[in-house]
Amino acid sequence: MSTGTGTGTGNGTGPTRFEVVRQGAREHDDVEIVHYEPQYPPGSKAEKRMTRIVSLMFMLSGLTAILFVLAYVWWPFTDWPSVDGWQYQPGNTASKGFTPILGLMLGLSLGFLGLGILTWGKKLLPHEIALQDRHDGGSDPAERALTGTTLQFIGEELGLARRPLLKVALAAPAAGLGAAALVVPVGMLIKDPHHPDVFFHTGWDPAANGGKKVRLVREDGVTAIRPEDISVGGQITAFPGIPEGNRNKHADSPVLLIRLRQDDAARLRENIKAYPTNAKFEKHPMVGDLVAYSKICTHAGCPASLYEQETNRLLCPCHQSQFLITDNAKPIFGPATQRLPMLPLELDEEGFLAAQGDFAVPVGPAFWEKPSERRDA
Amino acid sequence: MKKRKFDVKQLPAATAGAIDDRYKVATPLRSFLNKVFPDHWTFLLGEIALFAFIILLLTGTFLALFFEPSMQEVTYQGSYLPLRDVHMSRAYETSLELSFDVRGGLIMRQMHHWAALLFMAAIVVHMARVFFTGAFRKPRELNWIIGLLLFWLGFLEGFAGYSLPDDALSGTGLRIASAIVLSIPLVGSWVSTSLFSGEFPGEIILERFYILHVFLLPLVLLTLITVHVGLVIVQKHSQFPGPGRTNHNVVGERWFPRYVLKQGGFFMLVFGVLALMGGLFQINPIWLFGPYEAAVVSSGSQPDWYVMFLDGSTRLMPAWEIRAFGYTIPAIFWPTVVLPGLLTVFPMFYPFIEARLRKDKGFHNLLERPRDVPERTGLGAAGITFYLVLTFSGGNDIIADKFQISLNAMTWAGRIGLLVLPPLAYYVARRICLGLQQHDREVLAHGVETGIIRLLPDGRFIEVHQPLAPVDEHGHGELPYVGAPVPKKMNRLGALPPAVRGFFKPIEEPAPPKPKDREKIETH
Ligand code: HEM
Ligand code: FES
Repeated sequence: MSTGTGTGTGNGTGPTRFEVVRQGAREHDDVEIVHYEPQYPPGSKAEKRMTRIVSLMFMLSGLTAILFVLAYVWWPFTDWPSVDGWQYQPGNTASKGFTPILGLMLGLSLGFLGLGILTWGKKLLPHEIALQDRHDGGSDPAERALTGTTLQFIGEELGLARRPLLKVALAAPAAGLGAAALVVPVGMLIKDPHHPDVFFHTGWDPAANGGKKVRLVREDGVTAIRPEDISVGGQITAFPGIPEGNRNKHADSPVLLIRLRQDDAARLRENIKAYPTNAKFEKHPMVGDLVAYSKICTHAGCPASLYEQETNRLLCPCHQSQFLITDNAKPIFGPATQRLPMLPLELDEEGFLAAQGDFAVPVGPAFWEKPSERRDA
Repeated sequence: MKKRKFDVKQLPAATAGAIDDRYKVATPLRSFLNKVFPDHWTFLLGEIALFAFIILLLTGTFLALFFEPSMQEVTYQGSYLPLRDVHMSRAYETSLELSFDVRGGLIMRQMHHWAALLFMAAIVVHMARVFFTGAFRKPRELNWIIGLLLFWLGFLEGFAGYSLPDDALSGTGLRIASAIVLSIPLVGSWVSTSLFSGEFPGEIILERFYILHVFLLPLVLLTLITVHVGLVIVQKHSQFPGPGRTNHNVVGERWFPRYVLKQGGFFMLVFGVLALMGGLFQINPIWLFGPYEAAVVSSGSQPDWYVMFLDGSTRLMPAWEIRAFGYTIPAIFWPTVVLPGLLTVFPMFYPFIEARLRKDKGFHNLLERPRDVPERTGLGAAGITFYLVLTFSGGNDIIADKFQISLNAMTWAGRIGLLVLPPLAYYVARRICLGLQQHDREVLAHGVETGIIRLLPDGRFIEVHQPLAPVDEHGHGELPYVGAPVPKKMNRLGALPPAVRGFFKPIEEPAPPKPKDREKIETH
């Protein structure tokens, strides 16, 4: 064991500063420094070398920080500090380098600083072994007892035990204000899901369109669709032809409109007969070989949009549920449990595709009171 | 009047004196400075989480100056040409502005995101360290529970942040979250409409998430982190067994200045690494995803890694829906509400369960090595395996695509793996622990294997062992098994790892054997 520190009080006599610290730590803080040793002999070559390394790291840190500032100010990216006319150019332009160069310089600067500090701490500071008593396991029993008595006495002063009426009376504000604290936030937030019945109506409901049946339109929200627009085996996403029908306001409305191959369409028509929810629309829900299913996955609501032509499966990319198009979009793999609701189609007077009415069952994920089949089925 | 001479040298002492006159801090300050900390590299994991959190606060505050959580619809006319004339929310537009028009905005966004990923990773690894070393035992149960809450709060905070930019991935995540809320029996639809103020997505959810993300959750996180670290200081850090270390002392170094200085260095290093990542590695390039549209999702869209285990559990869940009397409990309820519930409640009570099973009411300031508690280590290994199977299943479509495996096969492999692999991991981990223990005991009993083979006069071969302790007249020296690391290589005699250790490797090189010991080796 060596104390290895020459830092004295300055006058050369009396205990060194280290000795004072060590004795103080022992007597006042229960810390016993049992080993204390500089990593290198003070003034040694190795120590000087380490000092130079640490200093070099600090200087490199400063240098890269300056480079960071220079890049931030001068590297081309935006018209900073003016704001007009800047456009982000695709392709390999100098502005692409802006963020990487900032990251590189800042990272290097902070990295050198960190390494410098670490090396300073690890290599240049003496290293020691010290022991400290934990004094764990609770307070001195007398202290504990006294605090307990003090608390009990506070209770006695309040006198609830002696005055039962107070106790009963206090329950009133506790219950009342507690209820108030609950009812206000809940009351502020609460929205009845059934008035209006948001889960049961979509943009296809003619009632919300002045009683007029809603046309299927393309992504632009206006272009109506004719049956011949879709080739055999093809599919498009269709939206209700109402104002903002293609926006997130009607997030529950998009459908996948598919033109089946003839034999598949025939199979589907057979299967529809056997499934009352889809069989009981006013008119047959298909127009020719065209069928439309809700695009909103009945599992968790992602768009079920990957249509596999050969197998007639619709795959949802979120958790890989698969729905069989030729059998009323029955879930055949993955976590989904319910069919994709079918949108009943018809042709309007002008020969455009329209919805006979809303879906027979709510679209999207299941919930407690959601029927999975037509209520009158 | 004569002007008093101003003595610069006396200034610090005079200031300190003036402060102490007023606040009486000398005693508490000195005992704080003299606190002994038992360093070990695994104690750094929690600190990385703390550093990442600080960086999140810094970068997040900067983002908040430019970001607007508005779902108002706008038509983009900004500087990123490919998205010109596209309808989007104001939130998405301001996120684009942060990326393309605010000077340095992109690196801030990317640093923020990388820091969030690092934050969660550090929490998870830190939790594993605490678990496997038994640091959660009495008296530290509360800090274990706080740590668990920090994980879930971080999870929510990260999810809220991920939702804010309102890009295609954010919206898909939110959509799934709304389905999870909907699945709660009885009240699901009510909670969902109340949360979104109507049907998904409504017009207010981002504003609500924003206040959660930049105010409420960070406040709760900051409070809990403060209590967490405060408790570590008050209760003093636990330590691994080793020379001179008992349940009642702390062996290490006074944490000022050396330990604290090193922590400062590590903070800068973590900050630097995050700056490098934020600058060089793209993350969440929202301009490529486009704004959220209910009808559009790309395959292979992934949540942040810490959400993937729930995504995986959702994918693996068979389509078991409970339907009775016209009411439904959706299948998604089990993997996304019940499972996280179990994953919160069981670990929360684990310290008490273990204490009950081991009939152990004592205080524990000495950590246990994983090998010394094979059952716990086995359980931890099983837990990690369970978590990994779920996490990998969260990306099973990507794995299926990359390795040309069918998706259905991946799903089934995940389902079976989830049931079979954890028990297997338990068994294997337990066996390994017992084996390691056994080896330690052998070394303690017979000494270190030297690899030197000796031919005895009677023709037998024996391996020379270097004893760890002075030998008795029969040439045997036995040390008690205390759960401390045992040297396994020759020449580390007398060099049980030093109490003060470096970060990656011991600072002190083990001392060469003293001439006397060398003699012993040769004459054994
Ligand atoms: C006081 C602390 C914080 C503030 C003020 C803050 C603020 C913000 C803001 C304004 C955004 C939107 C940025 C954008 O457009 O990309 C954001 C995004 C995000 N935040 Fe935070 N945040 C804080 C803490 C956290 C924490 C603790 C986490 C994680 C555990 C986190 C994770 C995220 C994530 C993942 C994003 C998405 C970033 C992206 O789009 O690339 N934030 N945060
Ligand atoms: S949302 Fe379609 S499978 Fe989960």
